[in-house]
Amino acid sequence: MKRDSLGRRLPFTILGVLFLAVMVFPVYWMVNASLQANGSAVSSAPFPARVDTSGYQAAFSQQLGNLGTSLIVAIGSVILTLVVAAPAAYALARFGLRGKGIVLLALLIAQMIPGIVIANALYTAFNDLRLLDSYLGLILADASLGIPFAVLIMRAFMLGIPASLVEAARVDGASQFRAFWSIVVPISRNSIITAALFTFLFTWSDFTFALTLTTSDKVRPVTLGIYQYLSGNVQNWGPVMATAVLASIPAIVLLIVAQRYIAAGALGGALK
Amino acid sequence: MTTIDAAAGRSRDLTSLRGAQRPEGRRARRRLGLTQWLFLLPALAYIVLFFGFPIVKNITMSFQDYGTRTFFTGEAPWVGIGNYLEVIRSSLFSTTLINTALFTIGSIVGQFILGLLLALFFRRRFPLAGVLRALLLLPWLLPLIASSAVWKWMLDQDSGVVNQTLLAIHVIPAPIPWLSSPDVALVAVIIVNIWLGIPFNVTILYSGLQDIPGELYEAASLDGATGWKAFRYITWPNLRPVVSVVLVLGVVYTLKVLDIILGLTGGGPANATQTLATSSYHYSFVDFTFGQGAAVSNILIVISLAFSIVYLRLNRRAVDE
Repeated sequence: MKRDSLGRRLPFTILGVLFLAVMVFPVYWMVNASLQANGSAVSSAPFPARVDTSGYQAAFSQQLGNLGTSLIVAIGSVILTLVVAAPAAYALARFGLRGKGIVLLALLIAQMIPGIVIANALYTAFNDLRLLDSYLGLILADASLGIPFAVLIMRAFMLGIPASLVEAARVDGASQFRAFWSIVVPISRNSIITAALFTFLFTWSDFTFALTLTTSDKVRPVTLGIYQYLSGNVQNWGPVMATAVLASIPAIVLLIVAQRYIAAGALGGALK
Repeated sequence: MTTIDAAAGRSRDLTSLRGAQRPEGRRARRRLGLTQWLFLLPALAYIVLFFGFPIVKNITMSFQDYGTRTFFTGEAPWVGIGNYLEVIRSSLFSTTLINTALFTIGSIVGQFILGLLLALFFRRRFPLAGVLRALLLLPWLLPLIASSAVWKWMLDQDSGVVNQTLLAIHVIPAPIPWLSSPDVALVAVIIVNIWLGIPFNVTILYSGLQDIPGELYEAASLDGATGWKAFRYITWPNLRPVVSVVLVLGVVYTLKVLDIILGLTGGGPANATQTLATSSYHYSFVDFTFGQGAAVSNILIVISLAFSIVYLRLNRRAVDE
């Protein structure tokens, strides 16, 4: 390995900061514009010299309910995803089930099916089952965004759990399920958290199902609230940007607080 | 795939061991098998209901006159390949297909090249490299529709910061109608999608680069291969499996894109940014002709699946190697 002096390495840091600045500029602009009163004919100033919170006031009064809806749907989907995916991940990692190769293949392919294809069919089914415009309908549909990913990433981790650990519990008389719950789940904590975080991000950001499986204002996630702003002629970008910032907060918080889980998930999703 | 087989073999051994120890071996084993399937059952049900059913339903719907009337009367008469003919003969279809190809190729090429350059850059050791690389993920984690919103404002013809900046530094003589002119709208949408895809590409390619043993470079530098030569003869050949995976996944993900296009342009102006995915949405959920929407969906899914199969083959080879 070459050992460069700090003086020779520092220019790279500066260059790196520049690259990053270009990449996150839109995020900065979102926050910046959300703090200004932007008539459609007036450009945003580079800095919010005089902070104007009217955008946020409008966003809160118009979108608070939608943010709540997004939260309910996302949390519901995360719980459903984990309940369905964790045991399946364990079964696919540990049991010698016939045909599990096919199940794994189906999960890989499922991740690649375009959402609009699923939405087409679900709309007709949900219409018959009266699940359109319902929390339950969106939770069920959104969990499909998380389950294949969650199974694959948790399975990849569970493959590494020594079989002897579980066997020991089984010899002590624990049922399969007890052994799973009291040994496998605690050990797999990190991969479960990764699966949960990503499922939350997927479902919180969901647009396709929100757009197609709701027909009224009754159950309306915030992504659809933003879309409604955009599909009209935007007169004032303040509230739109403020809503976009509010909708982005979970991602920003998770990136800062749960960095290592995010990195693990970003890689696991693609290569496992 | 090798790991799967190894794991399967391991647990099969354990199962037979256990069976031998117990007198009521066979029945216990069958009960065990049943419990094992119970672990998998909810996920199987989910796959069938939320992935299997939609695919089958899309196929049947695509051969039916499935529209507004169907939702009132329940009738959906069979029309054979009528929906496909109507969709393909529509003047929109070739536009949609070309847009989809341009959008996908443009996005992938841009994301990959910029992603690879950034990944190579971040392989150097310098202060804050880790933090900067981590923050780079931010655009990828934001809800796509929130990103679309800010880009729509940034690309605004009269007041957007992009035109303001380009005008100020005299790169362009007049404001570019990024999202309102059929000539440049697709380019604008591609630029936004490239921006969105860079973090994913950097992350995967960077981890691929980390897996290339440092000794290879040391050995090569003794032979005088550094810089471009080192990239050409060491980095690229060793990175190839990862590159294939990134490219194929990129194509599959780009074919799906709905949020960005609907948010930025709604498929317009004059269908200049209409892709197979947005077109399927329009047929089904704007015109309420689900039969035709399903036909477009099926064309989309055939293309996606073709790439998925390529991905799975590459993935298997990458694991085996």
